[in-house]
Amino acid sequence: MSDAAPARAPTRRAALATWLIAAPVIAILLLTVVWPNVPVIAGSFEGGLGHWRAFFTNPSDRDALKNTIVVAVASVIAATAIGLPLAFLLTRAEFRGRQTLAAVATLPAALPPLVGVLAFYFLYGESGVLTRGLQHVFGLTSAPWTFTGVPAIIFVHASTMYVYVFLLVSAGLERYDSSLDEAAAGLGAGAIRRLWRVTLPLLTPAIAGAMLLVFMSALGSFSAPFIFGGGVRVLSTQILASRTNNQFGVAFVETTVLAVSAVAALALFRWVERRRGYVLSGKGQRSQRRAPRSVIVRALAPFLVAILVTVLVLPHAMLALVSFAREGAWTTQVLPPSYGFDNFRRLATDPHLWTPIRNSVTMALVATLANVIFCVAAAYLVVMRQFRGRRVLEVMLSLPWAIPATAIAIGLASTFNRNDPLALRVVLVGTYWILPLAYFIRGVPLVTTAVEGSLRQMDPSTEEAARGLGSPWWLILRRVVLPAAKPGIVAGAVLAAITAIGEFVASTVLYTHSNRPISVEIYAQFRTGTFGTAAAYSLLLILLVLVITLLARWGENRVDPGSSTLAG
Amino acid sequence: MSAGSLALNGLTRVFGSTRAVDNVTLEVQAGELLALIGASGSGKTTTLRMVAGHDMPDAGTVTLDGVDITNLPPQRRNFGMVFQHYALFPHMTVEENVAFGLEARRMGKAVRLERAQSVLAGVGLDGAGKRAVQSLSGGEQQRVALARALVIEPRALLLDEPLSNLDPTLRRTMRAELRDTLRRLHMTALFVTHDQEDAFAIADRVALMRKGRVLQVGTPEDLYDRPVSRDVAEFIGRARLLPAVDCGTHAILKIGNVERRIGIAADRSASVKPFTEALAVLRPESLCFTSPAGEGAFPGTIVGRRFTGSTVTYDVLLESEAIVEVASLDREMHEGDRVGVGIAREPIALVEA
Repeated sequence: MSDAAPARAPTRRAALATWLIAAPVIAILLLTVVWPNVPVIAGSFEGGLGHWRAFFTNPSDRDALKNTIVVAVASVIAATAIGLPLAFLLTRAEFRGRQTLAAVATLPAALPPLVGVLAFYFLYGESGVLTRGLQHVFGLTSAPWTFTGVPAIIFVHASTMYVYVFLLVSAGLERYDSSLDEAAAGLGAGAIRRLWRVTLPLLTPAIAGAMLLVFMSALGSFSAPFIFGGGVRVLSTQILASRTNNQFGVAFVETTVLAVSAVAALALFRWVERRRGYVLSGKGQRSQRRAPRSVIVRALAPFLVAILVTVLVLPHAMLALVSFAREGAWTTQVLPPSYGFDNFRRLATDPHLWTPIRNSVTMALVATLANVIFCVAAAYLVVMRQFRGRRVLEVMLSLPWAIPATAIAIGLASTFNRNDPLALRVVLVGTYWILPLAYFIRGVPLVTTAVEGSLRQMDPSTEEAARGLGSPWWLILRRVVLPAAKPGIVAGAVLAAITAIGEFVASTVLYTHSNRPISVEIYAQFRTGTFGTAAAYSLLLILLVLVITLLARWGENRVDPGSSTLAG
Repeated sequence: MSAGSLALNGLTRVFGSTRAVDNVTLEVQAGELLALIGASGSGKTTTLRMVAGHDMPDAGTVTLDGVDITNLPPQRRNFGMVFQHYALFPHMTVEENVAFGLEARRMGKAVRLERAQSVLAGVGLDGAGKRAVQSLSGGEQQRVALARALVIEPRALLLDEPLSNLDPTLRRTMRAELRDTLRRLHMTALFVTHDQEDAFAIADRVALMRKGRVLQVGTPEDLYDRPVSRDVAEFIGRARLLPAVDCGTHAILKIGNVERRIGIAADRSASVKPFTEALAVLRPESLCFTSPAGEGAFPGTIVGRRFTGSTVTYDVLLESEAIVEVASLDREMHEGDRVGVGIAREPIALVEA
């Protein structure tokens, strides 16, 4: 029958409309995401293989490569060792203090990377409160640990990145059909066999996804090695060192190696994921939390919870404490000796200190707005339109997620730095706009993924029905597509704004006098030893993140007239 | 291992302020098939889960051959269980699924695969062992789930809505198959269903639950022909309940101006008082058409007609606004026809209003 033809077969008109949206989206991606890699790769081959030979023979580069891999792999193992049991504990067990623990379990992820690293420095660093406290209590002549080098980097990674494992495995467990465990139990399998033969194999996608996320983050991590590295090099910091030493060719090789390893890891993961033959059905029952049978465990639970909560809250508390410390007074004491509001007063009154705050807020806002407009179009194309090149579009959209921020920054720095016809004669390096652009690029995968998620939940026939009723495209967009995409837009925008407002890695490579952001200023204050000001900035940054999150939640809960009429 | 006899004594489970299962006492004899039926939320699945050990009762005990197993974890009860969505392990092949219980019993690989294959053959799935469970049809998955539960030679089999995911045609076939398999193995089985047809077709006895309580236990005929209460009469089969006067040995049914004596089903010993307010359970097949003016016929008008295949069910509006359903082989009547309704089969069940 003719009227039963597949509804999504594109007509000429629809195909034209698709390309009207797709053309600018793809053009922007080509220019900002794909093209900047070309000067980097080309630069690494400038003058033949010389730079590459230098990279592989130079001991410090070989060290950097080795350390990068060691840090990434160890971070994955350590973060999984923390996040996995925690996810099981909080989704499956009922104990006193569970809700408190659940509330603070994701706290480390709420810190922008640089701020998190500073918090750890104030707590565990050589002159940190805990370090000095132990030294004092046990009367040691030197600090009990040095907290530098690879172990320190891994420690910081593990205690912040476990949140990824925790969140993804928790989500997997929420969807998990607990009747599978009950079936295994009924067939005679004890707890360990159930875990090993049934639960863990079925959670593999979630666990592997989380491990990939940790691996990628650790691979590109900059703040932790930058501050705790000591003499130890990893690729992301080595790139900056090479540039500072005017060894641009080697810096390009390092950037290429880092980016290619990250993209390869992602590609490997996707390939493994596709080979997996089964999916978990959404049917069945969700697991219920159970109180442990052992009385001892039940009695000990509140104490363990108290310890865990303290460990999770301490870094934040440290930042707050140091932000009130009088500048210059804290020398060799365990805790800063005197406190006051001086640091905050200076932030508000000194224009030099106030400008970075204004810069970061404005640039995050601009980048996020651009992200929302661009990513709604991109997600709409990916989810609701059939066209050749959709796969390529998807790959381009995920590239900024795979490529470490240092590599993105180096790419931008070497693409938009001259009046080059291939970069459309856009010179951005040294201008204000280079940072919003960098933030925008980093936000693309975050917002697109979130909006895609929302659009996928919408029945595609809704849009077709609206079109069938003769609605013009703008009405369909406003009344059908946008309301459906709204939860994703809000969630994605929050993520993008939070990332942008605390961004440090790309900022430190690309900032100029006119757009110096908070993170760069925090680092500058930290380096000059004005810890109080650095901490006050950090606290302010955390506050901004909190405000963004709360604003989003408020916006989400507000009754939206558009969506309510649609539902009615 | 031989089939055990299962007893539930005063089993109770409270969720918050609702008594999901309220003092349930039941016995399943060795080799008996008992169906637990009821609407959703009646507590039947919770009861089954407590028997399986997946949920702990707040009061009461579960015994197997007289041994209290209430506190035994599921893995030590040796019960086979078939889940509503089958709960097959999606990352294992068919035979790995079936052999899992033997793996848990630390049996060698060769032996357990051999046993799995023979049980698979028993449910008509020989040769499917290497297939992925996701490639199976619903009926095949159901058989794998059954095979997996049977291979461990359980003391009892617990089934949670085992047929509810099958399409109607397949469902009828699987009913017969399930019953034959369980009979052949002389299996003690407790199975939960919301479908009376499933229960009637498979079970030796049926227990009807409502709001966590067991309303009546008996053979399917007991529940259908001799409901002990209005709730049972309304849940089981189709029926219209009309007021009648209980005279102890018989009843008087009065509709409009017509009065008629009917034989009643309840066995009344002299000690039981007649109901002060009684309802006659009028099932479609216990009524028939007569001429409107005939002796003891209730005159009325046909207001609805449904073709069901073997019979046609007519809605008849009697005097005093009462509507009854009459099943008839006569297909030639239509809405608006004046008819007389008579009693086709006695005794009629009587319940307290």
